[in-house]
Amino acid sequence: MHAPTKPAALDIRGLVKTFDRPAVNGLDLCVKSGEFYALVGPNGAGKTTTLRMVAGLMQPDAGEIFVCGHDALKNPVAAKRAMAWVSDEPMIYDKLSPFEYLEFVAGLWGIDAKTAEARARELFGWLGLEPHAHQRCDGFSKGMRQKVALAGGLVHEPQLIILDEPLTGLDAGSARQVKNVLRERVDAGNTVIMTTHILEVAERMADRIGIIALGKLIAEGSLHELRQLARGASTLEETFLTLVAEQAAA
Amino acid sequence: MSTPASITWFAAHELRLAWRDWASMITAGRGRRTGAILIGLALFMIFMHVIALIAVGPFANSVDPQNKTVLVVLTGFILLAWCLMISQAMESVTRAFYSRSDLDLILSSPIVARRLFSVRIAAIALSAMGMAVMLAGPFANILAVLGGAHWLSGYGVFAAMGAASAALAVALTVALFRLIGPRRTRFIAQVVAAVIGAIFVIGLQAGAIISYGSISRVSLLVSESFVQNAPAPGSFIYWPARAILADASALLIVVAFGVALLALAIAVFASRFGEHAIAAASVSPAAHRKTVTRAFRSDAPKAALRRKELALLRRDPWLMSQTLMQILYLLPPALLLWKNFGEGSSALLLLVPVLVMAAGQLSGGLAWLAISGEDAPDFVATAPIPRAWILQAKVEAVLFAVGIVFAPFILAMALASPASALVTAIFVAISAASATAIQFWFRTQAKRSDFRRRHTSSRVATFAEAFSSISWAATAGLAASGTWFALPVGLIALGVLAVTRFISPHRSEKKTAARVRHAFAHG
Repeated sequence: MHAPTKPAALDIRGLVKTFDRPAVNGLDLCVKSGEFYALVGPNGAGKTTTLRMVAGLMQPDAGEIFVCGHDALKNPVAAKRAMAWVSDEPMIYDKLSPFEYLEFVAGLWGIDAKTAEARARELFGWLGLEPHAHQRCDGFSKGMRQKVALAGGLVHEPQLIILDEPLTGLDAGSARQVKNVLRERVDAGNTVIMTTHILEVAERMADRIGIIALGKLIAEGSLHELRQLARGASTLEETFLTLVAEQAAA
Repeated sequence: MSTPASITWFAAHELRLAWRDWASMITAGRGRRTGAILIGLALFMIFMHVIALIAVGPFANSVDPQNKTVLVVLTGFILLAWCLMISQAMESVTRAFYSRSDLDLILSSPIVARRLFSVRIAAIALSAMGMAVMLAGPFANILAVLGGAHWLSGYGVFAAMGAASAALAVALTVALFRLIGPRRTRFIAQVVAAVIGAIFVIGLQAGAIISYGSISRVSLLVSESFVQNAPAPGSFIYWPARAILADASALLIVVAFGVALLALAIAVFASRFGEHAIAAASVSPAAHRKTVTRAFRSDAPKAALRRKELALLRRDPWLMSQTLMQILYLLPPALLLWKNFGEGSSALLLLVPVLVMAAGQLSGGLAWLAISGEDAPDFVATAPIPRAWILQAKVEAVLFAVGIVFAPFILAMALASPASALVTAIFVAISAASATAIQFWFRTQAKRSDFRRRHTSSRVATFAEAFSSISWAATAGLAASGTWFALPVGLIALGVLAVTRFISPHRSEKKTAARVRHAFAHG
């Protein structure tokens, strides 16, 4: 007997979004369950717009989005239940403490209080937030705010975690903590999709990397596969620059 | 051109910033449009002159400067205006300590910071004077045109009052810093400013209610017994009033006093202003707060949203001070209620529109914070709940908060007059719901800290909120009196809402979206 096939964590087909120019231009993207996927691309390539549409923060002009098998456009509530969106600008409340914030998130996602509290304490421990759990966030540094937002994204144990530039502004120690937590989640079978401008992070952490330019996916694969596409470039940076330049010239 | 880092150079810098800040506030950040601002300002001044002509025109030639009643009434109004000016100046001083983004640059540069802070204290005085000139200047002008140029001496009094209010505000805020420390000063100074701004009006109204059963603040000032017991006309208390009535020596003394007080404040406090600003910036909001450990509460999504909204409303210091001001103004009606308690008096009917109006105003502010001032709109939008739930929970939180404020009044009223209480309860709910709906239709994405500027983000919403509250208050007053005139006035209130809904940006957005969908569907 065959085990039922697990649906892709994210399946995007023919996604289009146009502002004054096409921001996302017929994008197809499939991220398998249990993958760590890095989405890289130059500024204005359409990374954040794509992920905002996946998170339900923006309506696409055309195309389909499936999150863990749920049609995100027809059944957004089910899709949202399965994922977490962590923006580069931490979306937290200054006048709530991390404890209260996670309690609020647990309420929104309908997580049982006991389970949520246990997870919250675990996350506080992993992210070094324990001593600050009951202080209001208005005095927190950017790094601490980012960690609180990440804890909020993880407390409901999403199958798909989408992070937009999660390491921007973090010090080395905080960045290490965040990377460890994300890796641990992937090892536990969850999926992480992350946009980043720090190519070393994509190179070291991602199972697969997608390069997006002018609203389209121009290349995708493991680091080794991408290097081959770029005719033997030695680093991801070289690969990235070669492929983006080729796309711009085309 | 002035030398860099000199007093005049700083003054020019502050003037430019103040103008842009003001222009941005007036135009809701939609560019400077200097011409439009000046036209708007001119129209406002014409409007104020018309009001002044109606209010004081008939008295331009008939005021006896020796009449004690005139001196008492004028002094009363001067004190009233001065309290408001001190309140405004205290708010400006608190913002200068806590909210100016350029302090790091100023204090880390090799300039003499005292000069800049001298200019800033003077700017606070100028801003208080400017407000007085805008609101009271037209009255002085009309009196001058109809009664003679001597009435222009009022401008000297406005200047003196502005200078003295800035000096007092700085002294009071610094005293609070010393007494209770920078962390608590931010909130307490806002509360003190609100109390100072309201206390004189409330005092006059309370006196009038106790003595005459009237809520009018003038009735106490003109009453025979009050005038009789007031100090003799020669008292120094009347100097500002005498100055307005063109007594040259009184004008000289009042102006000299104001200028001296401001100079003293600058001399004493300008050099320490930087230290206080650094102390304010060094405060860690989290460091001293009591840590409460408890278990997670098990909330359904809507309950979690409501709890969050209520916690944020409760913890907003700026909102608390603004709300406190509105609640303070409800004290005289409360006194009227208490005084007439058990008498079944028709005076209770006066309370109905006052409470309905206040409910509209309060819920407008709360709704703006909950709907437009959402700190994490993207985060809430990614939650697995229908959008309607989010809105519903926010509205429930606002109405709950309004209910907490008004329930004691309505309950007390119910004991004296159940019918009036029922009408009040219904119209408080309608007025609050209407103001909340207007804030929803005109919602924007803003920071909670922009609360002070919420009235400028949409002029239409501001006026609609005011008209809605006024018309529901009138409907409630008429309904409580048992007259059918309540019906047409109620229809007007509904009309205000319908028109507001029709011209609201979110309705036109919906129509545009529908057109786009239609275009896609039909190729």
